[in-house]
Amino acid sequence: MLSPTILIPAVLNGLLTGAVYALVALGLTLIYGVLHIINFAHGALLTAAMFAAYFAFHVLGIDPYIAVFIVAPAFFALGYGLQRFVIGPASHGDDRNMLLVTLGLAVVIENVLLFAFRGDTRTIDVPYTFQSIDIGFTFLAVPRLVGFGAVFVVALTLWLIMGFTDTGRAIRAVAKEKLGAQLAGIDVAHIYAVTFGLGTACVAIAACLLIPTYYVNPSAGDAFVLVAFTIVVLGGMGSVPGALIGGLVIGVVESLSSLFLGESLGQIGIFLIFIVVLLVRPQGLFGAKA
Amino acid sequence: MSNKKIPFSRRQFLATTALGAAAAAAGSIAMPSVLRAAGAPVKLGVLHPVTGALSYSGTQGRLGAMLAIDEINAAGGIKSLGGAKIDPMLGDAQSKPAGGVAEVEKMNSAGVSCIVGGYASSICLATTQAAARYDLPYVVDVGVSDSIIKRGLKNTFRFGPGFGVIANSALDNLVAINDGAGKPAKTVMIVHEDSLFGSGVAKLLGAKLPQHGFKVLESIAHPTPTRDFNTIVLKIKAQNPDLVIPADYYNEYVLLARTMLQQHVRPKGIYSVLGGAASSYKFVKEFPEAAKGIMDCNHWFNPLSDKAQALKKKVEGKGQFFTYEVYLNYSCVGLVADALERGASPDRAKLIASLASSTWSGHVMPYGPTKFVNGQNQGAVPCNTQVQDNDIKVLLPKKFANAKPIFPIS
Repeated sequence: MLSPTILIPAVLNGLLTGAVYALVALGLTLIYGVLHIINFAHGALLTAAMFAAYFAFHVLGIDPYIAVFIVAPAFFALGYGLQRFVIGPASHGDDRNMLLVTLGLAVVIENVLLFAFRGDTRTIDVPYTFQSIDIGFTFLAVPRLVGFGAVFVVALTLWLIMGFTDTGRAIRAVAKEKLGAQLAGIDVAHIYAVTFGLGTACVAIAACLLIPTYYVNPSAGDAFVLVAFTIVVLGGMGSVPGALIGGLVIGVVESLSSLFLGESLGQIGIFLIFIVVLLVRPQGLFGAKA
Repeated sequence: MSNKKIPFSRRQFLATTALGAAAAAAGSIAMPSVLRAAGAPVKLGVLHPVTGALSYSGTQGRLGAMLAIDEINAAGGIKSLGGAKIDPMLGDAQSKPAGGVAEVEKMNSAGVSCIVGGYASSICLATTQAAARYDLPYVVDVGVSDSIIKRGLKNTFRFGPGFGVIANSALDNLVAINDGAGKPAKTVMIVHEDSLFGSGVAKLLGAKLPQHGFKVLESIAHPTPTRDFNTIVLKIKAQNPDLVIPADYYNEYVLLARTMLQQHVRPKGIYSVLGGAASSYKFVKEFPEAAKGIMDCNHWFNPLSDKAQALKKKVEGKGQFFTYEVYLNYSCVGLVADALERGASPDRAKLIASLASSTWSGHVMPYGPTKFVNGQNQGAVPCNTQVQDNDIKVLLPKKFANAKPIFPIS
């Protein structure tokens, strides 16, 4: 089992899987890390976006990699609207209320999807689904490689937005000191909604990258969210590079632990790391001081 | 909360509900005998998990049952009851045993003569028992767990095969197919989901395959859902077995087959037992390349029956896939209608007697005439299928076969 012929492909595979985790976590780290909203609706939004990508392909015949340019802005608008008109007003500024509102949203979204599309599992068949690149000792699936590359592009874009634009500065200001930001003339409700929208757009991109190799049913997104929360804590709340590195680390840990411990116990590795990070470095790998 | 808020005492509550139950019972027994002379409809409970995790299967099951009811009613209803129509009472088990039991209670109060359905073993175990309290006949549509019919419940009938029969057939048929091809497969890897179903299959095969000369290299368990099958496929690749035996639900089965294709892992055969996607028209249609050559031992209709082919056309005409839930439920409703016809009574006790003595052959399954022993249809057998030419063909039993096995596939 320790032979490099299986170990190296397992690590590579972990990196490819981790990239998608990272993308889901990027959205969450903005919402959870910056706004301190524990967004239980993240998984349901991922599912909704996967359905959007599925129907874009199935009904309109748009390839998921092109559909991302429609689905992501649409989900930005959806996220913006949700925060501005539902989560924000309904929670009256209380973090605990936000948690419950997002939990409620998750239930509503999942059940609307179930009602509309039944529990049926759907998949799409694009020409490149089974394409893989032979690198000698293993094969790397093309759609997963595309996902891997796209994650870096998204992370870089987000990092640039956060670091070098007025919106990014405003987001960071709101995260640090809400009242102060408001006094400085920042429209806090707007910035909250923009951040939520960005997080939701990340999820939409993840959905478009996932759909060529994964499947969608009304609870498909749930599988990714718990892992994403772990990554956010591991990488540091609100840290874009943290989410990226965290995602890749968790992907490799999961791959290796399922190799050595078996699939059923593979998840243990992830949560052991989670506990160790909380004990040793609670602010995460890249997190600022708590 | 203060006691004052409870308007009823326990005694009062019991008294009123007992009165209500008595009234309902009196109603269901006394009223129909007056009305039925004019061919009053017979109420039939149609119970499936149409919401929750099992909703797809449940909806398919309901579709099959409703198709049968519509056909029977259109053909003049139950003739021995003056052309009585079957009046379906639909129930949703919500993919939970408790949800199923609640529906049984409702159906009993509404005075149904019989219940058909349940789908999952866990639901069927609970619903048959709940129905037994009222001596309410219950026809299990799928539920393969053998404990369903081993509890001595007089009201419970299972039309399809149980797990023991399926597993033994799967084993015998695998040996037959392998021997027929000159024993190309010697080593096996089992990939199974880690709940009762997958682990049960793995345990049984793991114990019995070596007796037939196969070497089981490894048995890999994984949870449902599993997001990624690459690690499992790497393990398969490293050990290079002749045969891969998956025992998974639909989603994981699809992911496994697709990942194997992506990683260029092509064993001599993929052979599954009750495989989630192996004998699914949906899978074959969506991923013909990944499905090619996969063999399965599962519930399957009789491909040589004209009635079955007509039903298949009808279901596909509705834009639905012809899954086993459809034709099993279709047949179960037919079984009940036949028992009503012969017994000439919607009375529950008479219906139970009539079901127990059933020798019905008007169904679409490769079972022969029905014969129930302790509630189990003795002729019920699974079929061995293989995906060939973008279609699913039956290999065994020979009597119903419409193709020969292609093995090894690579």
